[in-house]
Amino acid sequence: MTRLIIGFIPLLDCATLVAAAERGFAAEEGLELTLVRETSWANIRDRLIVGQFDAAHMLGPMAVASTLGIGHVRVPIIAPCALGLGGNAIAVSVRLWEQMRREGTASGSPPRIQGVALKRVLAARLREDLGPLTFGMVYPFSCHNYELRYWLAASGVDPDRDVRLVVIPPPLLGDAMRAGQIDGFCVGEPWSSAAVDSGLSVIISSTAAIWPLSPEKVLGCRAEWAEGHRAELAALIRALYRAALWCERPENHAELAMLLSEPRHVGISPDLLRRGLSARLTLTPGGEVEELTDFYLPSSHWAMFPWKSHALWFYTQMVRWRQLELVAEHPALATGSYRPDIYRAALAPLGVELPREDAKIEVFFDNRVFDPSDLVSWLGR
Amino acid sequence: MAVAPPSRRMSDSGLHILLIDQNVARASVLEEGLKDAGYPQVTVVRDMQNLLRRIVDEDPDVIFIDLENPNRDVLEQMFQVSRCVRRPIAMFVDRSDSDMIKAAVEAGVGAYIVDGLKKERVKAILDMAVSRFNAFSELREELERARLALSERKILERAKGILMRQKGLTEEAAYGVMRKAAMNEGRRVAEIAQAVVTATELLK
Repeated sequence: MTRLIIGFIPLLDCATLVAAAERGFAAEEGLELTLVRETSWANIRDRLIVGQFDAAHMLGPMAVASTLGIGHVRVPIIAPCALGLGGNAIAVSVRLWEQMRREGTASGSPPRIQGVALKRVLAARLREDLGPLTFGMVYPFSCHNYELRYWLAASGVDPDRDVRLVVIPPPLLGDAMRAGQIDGFCVGEPWSSAAVDSGLSVIISSTAAIWPLSPEKVLGCRAEWAEGHRAELAALIRALYRAALWCERPENHAELAMLLSEPRHVGISPDLLRRGLSARLTLTPGGEVEELTDFYLPSSHWAMFPWKSHALWFYTQMVRWRQLELVAEHPALATGSYRPDIYRAALAPLGVELPREDAKIEVFFDNRVFDPSDLVSWLGR
Repeated sequence: MAVAPPSRRMSDSGLHILLIDQNVARASVLEEGLKDAGYPQVTVVRDMQNLLRRIVDEDPDVIFIDLENPNRDVLEQMFQVSRCVRRPIAMFVDRSDSDMIKAAVEAGVGAYIVDGLKKERVKAILDMAVSRFNAFSELREELERARLALSERKILERAKGILMRQKGLTEEAAYGVMRKAAMNEGRRVAEIAQAVVTATELLK
């Protein structure tokens, strides 16, 4: 048995890793996975870089950021496999929700309507000379940050002027809301549901509604490590693939929720975890439940495939929000951090259907289309 | 307190170091070490609220944060929003820093340095932080082992007492009985002793 040490953050979408480790999928491939629970994304990155972790549960954009060397020593990290789609929600404080409702939105309204309402609230604040609202997200290089900004900007809100965006670690979300430090946030399950249950916030959208089939986490590892451990990596990918299929089946949700609820994994009640798994989330403290389409997909719609278009989209957002300068070599380097070639090779023995291409177009809630072969016009936005 | 040679140390003593650590004991260990080494400007931050604002106000040259702290991700955004801090702060950005990064990560401390600060000036401070964090971990582990040993000894004494009273054994014989049981069951004497105590409580 080959032992692999894998870092993870306690979130609903560590499910695929946990299932692989605990439900025999890793063992079938001759692997023993030691999952190490971490408290910050920076730790995940650093422990991966210094080799304490062989691989890690990672925010997709982190692979791109590390490969481009933004804000930290440049170490090529690759994503040979994704760990599911979606799983995030945007929520606002109860107080802000009341203000938005007065501007004409309602529970379960689509992102466009929610955006209009928020814009009106902000316009009123501007007229009354009140300061910007503060929104929290989990990390500068995260889908949470980029999707929140995308939705805000598409709604006519400047994410750096009309609101303040700050990093809030999910476990500290509740306290931050109680203290009135933040007015809204974008975070992964189960934290949105936990905040709703604490009576603190209202979920106004899933990120899946803003960007259908949007990416989230990936399996990250150092490019150097991947080169020297091709067989183990391929075995791990196969184990994760099967684990993801198991996770998505509704008949396994109860067992998965129990497994994830253990303190060594997510450490939160299984009921809260079931919501994200079933895509039926309680949106308000009052208990209004809504089915959020494709909220979290561990395996379907090629959720495990590391689409190069995802890496490229992250890059465009890094440029858009001035996290880095536009450099000619960057787009190729960025897309190079996602490795569908490794994924394809790993799954070849399984004979499963795989996408014909390594990149695809993406469509957003405002009907804009991201075409990875036409970077220039997208960057012009 | 060690008296530092005037030339280099004098300029470095002006460096402002910020320690973000909710562990009071560990923070003092590092604070003392830094002051003793000639870096008097050390600020300890224990309250995690408004961390970013605090950093902006303090305007430190070096920041240390313990890696158990989830607020580490809050610091990471400083690299992105350089307009939010007067001087951009970076973590190690050089490949040659990889040894330092590794030592720091293994010691459990994260370090951030103001952009432009020469690495040589900072090396001594970083080494100090790494060695103090390591020393603190060892101390903590030793304390844990001592606590465990003490509580196991207490349980052992109680178990011996129970067996001596209930079976009219000498102290040596009582211990011998437990040791035999331990060997037979492939367990430690401490576990057998705990079993004796627990069973006695339940059977009262």
